[in-house]
Amino acid sequence: MSAIDAVASAFIVAGALFSLAAGVALTRFPDILSRMHAATKPQVLGLLLVLLGCALRFRNTVDITTLVLIGAFQLTTAPVAAHMVGRVAYRSGLQRPDLLVVDELADRDR
Amino acid sequence: MTGDARTRRANRAVAVLGMALVWILLWGTFSWANLLGGLVVAGIVLLVFPLPPVVFAGRLRPVPLARFVAWFLRDLFVASVQIAWLAFRFGYTPHGAIIGVGLRVGTDLNLTLTAEALSLVPGSLIVEVDRAEGVLWIHVLDVRDRAEAERFRQDVLALESRIVAAVGSPDEVRRTTEGGVL
Amino acid sequence: MTAVAVTVTVILAGAALLALVRVVRGPSILDRVVATDVLLAIIVAAIAAEAAFTGDATALPVLVVLSVLGFVSSVSVARFAARNGK
Repeated sequence: MSAIDAVASAFIVAGALFSLAAGVALTRFPDILSRMHAATKPQVLGLLLVLLGCALRFRNTVDITTLVLIGAFQLTTAPVAAHMVGRVAYRSGLQRPDLLVVDELADRDR
Repeated sequence: MTGDARTRRANRAVAVLGMALVWILLWGTFSWANLLGGLVVAGIVLLVFPLPPVVFAGRLRPVPLARFVAWFLRDLFVASVQIAWLAFRFGYTPHGAIIGVGLRVGTDLNLTLTAEALSLVPGSLIVEVDRAEGVLWIHVLDVRDRAEAERFRQDVLALESRIVAAVGSPDEVRRTTEGGVL
Repeated sequence: MTAVAVTVTVILAGAALLALVRVVRGPSILDRVVATDVLLAIIVAAIAAEAAFTGDATALPVLVVLSVLGFVSSVSVARFAARNGK
């Protein structure tokens, strides 16, 4: 196993661990807004790390451009999806006031 | 107005070139046939789904842009590790807060870019956007008291300053650097 | 290399299982959407890792489609849920 392959493996394992953290947070966190943090965030870095490891393994332009596209799509679309779901969650009253230290949005709407 | 029409054409040209670039990336290799095909497909897409006009008044500044990207990657990494760590702290229930941050530059472009960067960086989630007022309502994870929420508000404004420094017009840059927080 | 591949497989399978638990338990449709989104991202990561370990890049274009599809499904279900909530 060459040095680059070792680095690639390390990236992929790290990425998998971030995915696991997202899974744990998803089952463990108490309300939907906290769960969404876990879902969009470590997940993005986790996927990027796996893609990076993948790119280090292939090392040719055709595959790397594909991997760059996957990463770029993920980075541009994840926030939009998160915002859509988060907004609907808040508007349908799924947030838990007991878990919020400050809620300025509720203060405004009142 | 001719100036308006010109910016519209410039925006379209940027959109077509961007889509052509994605097309070439999809094929994986550069060839003139790919470039031509990409331009044709992008032109058709733009003809069928016209873009809403995006006002881009500023200009790209490479050094602040690099600074923004470096900060962004650092934030992404640090915060991802923090949230991942939070997930493995069994028995600890993280509390959150929803704060409203009024951006100093309320253009659509700045609002979108700031919201995108905030959403990608862990610990913050956009719940609601007030486009007319330029206010982002952000859910922040793992906040224990009001002081921490205030600190986060300062972080958001700092992020906005970095984005405006990278892509804003001179007038917008002035608005974010002087006078501090509104 | 095999040991690493096995480790990654186990970790990702565990992550997918946990996401599935959330899909089943809900309670709201939005929880399920978020969990499904995570599940999809885990699948994308798994396919990419598989491609890296076997050195076979055939499946990579599929991932482009998958990463866009996840976005479309989340947004459409969110819109549907918004309409039903009112």
